[in-house]
Amino acid sequence: MMIQQQTKTDDGAFYFALAVGGLISAIGVAAALYMEIMGHQVSGMNNQVFWGLPHVFGIFLIVAASGVLNVASIGSVFGKKAYKPRGPLSGLLAIVLLAAGLAIIMLDLGRADRVIIAATHVNLTSVFGWNMILYPVFFGLVGLYVWTLMDRSKNQYSKTVGTAAFIWRLVMTTGTGSIFGFIIARQAYQSAILAPMFIILSFAWGLAIFLIVQEIMYARSKMELHPQLRARMKNLLGVFIGAVLYFVAVYHLTNVYYAKQFEFTHFILVSGGIFPLLFWGGFVLLGSVVPLLLLYAPGFNENKGSVTAASYLTIAGGLFLLFVFIIGGQAYPLDMFPGMQVTSSFFDGKVDSYTPSLPEILLSVGGFAIAFTMTLVGVRVLRFMPQDDVAKLQSAGYLHD
Amino acid sequence: MTEPNDKSRRGFLGAAAVGAAGLGVAAIAPGLHLIEVSQASAPSQGASSKVRWGMLIDTTKCASGCDACVKACNTENGINEVLKDPRQASQWIRKIDLKDPKSGIAHSLPMMCQHCEHPPCVDVCPTGASMKRADGIVLVDRHTCIGCRYCMLACPYKARSFVHMTLTEQNPEVPRGQGCVESCTFCVQRVDKGQIPACVEACANAEHNAMLFGDLNDLNSAIAQRVAQVKTTQVRADLKLNVGVRYQGI
Repeated sequence: MMIQQQTKTDDGAFYFALAVGGLISAIGVAAALYMEIMGHQVSGMNNQVFWGLPHVFGIFLIVAASGVLNVASIGSVFGKKAYKPRGPLSGLLAIVLLAAGLAIIMLDLGRADRVIIAATHVNLTSVFGWNMILYPVFFGLVGLYVWTLMDRSKNQYSKTVGTAAFIWRLVMTTGTGSIFGFIIARQAYQSAILAPMFIILSFAWGLAIFLIVQEIMYARSKMELHPQLRARMKNLLGVFIGAVLYFVAVYHLTNVYYAKQFEFTHFILVSGGIFPLLFWGGFVLLGSVVPLLLLYAPGFNENKGSVTAASYLTIAGGLFLLFVFIIGGQAYPLDMFPGMQVTSSFFDGKVDSYTPSLPEILLSVGGFAIAFTMTLVGVRVLRFMPQDDVAKLQSAGYLHD
Repeated sequence: MTEPNDKSRRGFLGAAAVGAAGLGVAAIAPGLHLIEVSQASAPSQGASSKVRWGMLIDTTKCASGCDACVKACNTENGINEVLKDPRQASQWIRKIDLKDPKSGIAHSLPMMCQHCEHPPCVDVCPTGASMKRADGIVLVDRHTCIGCRYCMLACPYKARSFVHMTLTEQNPEVPRGQGCVESCTFCVQRVDKGQIPACVEACANAEHNAMLFGDLNDLNSAIAQRVAQVKTTQVRADLKLNVGVRYQGI
């Protein structure tokens, strides 16, 4: 039997990484505390663009949390053996990313000290209210799922619990998309397509994060991921990136033709300054086309570095897309009086601009550092390293199915 | 299989446990209560569902350039803070100037919370801080708002403001607070005493009389009779929110 084994890791490197991750996390929390004390006047947000960079990063992590669980689901729910050893790491990342994303969103609240009120109050007409149920159950289900995957005596339950977690994550991301999908007031949102679109976004972003973490863990342990396993997973990433492009295209098409939001769509895609630039240059080119080339173009597609670079670019593209979606959707003025020219002291009728301030940037980056630090500790204290019995997989044909 | 790092892993876990225990002890000190019960007195009489407070704004009487209503609102509700970025300042009521680019016809009107019968802000609020009283007035409970700003995303009228800084010199009857969302209350503190909102009073004092406040449910009230007689408009009527503020002349 040929099982690739985890090798002894370097204590010094671990504590150094822990210190760096912890420090950046602490700076992020301190930045949030500064905003809490001084008020959001020290942020770049205002009464028109009131959800800023922390929401872009926080929502990215929350969406990716659901998507990263896909890897475990493919293994234990859909029975693909090549993915089974990756289940525990997938579950750990799901928990970690959700925790980090929620940390950013909660720390950005105007009154973060009152978050217990939201946790103890039920308003079922509020998607945020649903989240107070969706997120804790997700934590519980995924925790249970990881237990059934890692404790051999509980392996028999992994498919049942995994199926429940899989369904729950779809519901959860439906909820995340519906945060915007149910907003009737704004041109950018109110669209039924946002729920499935966010699910497909989660697939791509979650897998990209998984591939990066897996590569780093293998590199740190001086292990080599089997090229055919890498090829399988990079092909899946390619499919997800293509599907994201498709959904984003349909979202804009429905806005133009069905919802008659021509002016808004023109703003976001053509005339809106930074937003079209980030959409076409950041999301479409850097975050989608270049990764697809890296994953499929001859000369690149077998290269380990190409897959990792494509994963990083997919993440960057996701952040660009969310920036355009969340900030652009608020920057464009509300259309209260169709066909009329509107002016006011409250900037009605005016396109707003938003520049994130340093505390917002530190909080947002701090959230990623929280995810990094929690993952680092997680993979240190428990055995999350995906270890493949390559010979067995190969002889059974599982590297190709 | 190898057993990597078991010793150092146990060491790390042990150190982490000691650290966490230390933090816990420090956080829970004698006499410190995590939750204390608020001792507010209950109002003697609640709002009545028989009443639907509303406002009718005659844009043909509203003068462009006049902001008496805005000033009166700010004075009544203690909105006096100065922010470096004016986009971060609270505006419970604002004057909007409209111009039809085809005909050149212009209108001026005050815009504020429209006190919807079906308020999207109340629908989306995760804490119940955004609420509608039985008499139709939409309010934010400043003591339970967590400042998530989801209601601001949901409001079709840009009627809500987020308080971006620490406030001083507040009107005791109008609690406001940093980190919370707020909006026009129809001067509920005045209405509950049988008075009209400050903006309506100021408009009358300026001899424009463009704003009429009253009970839309009371068929004998001036507002109900005017609404029955003249063509009025609900802004974003397509959303079917059945707003309490109606406009005449647009």
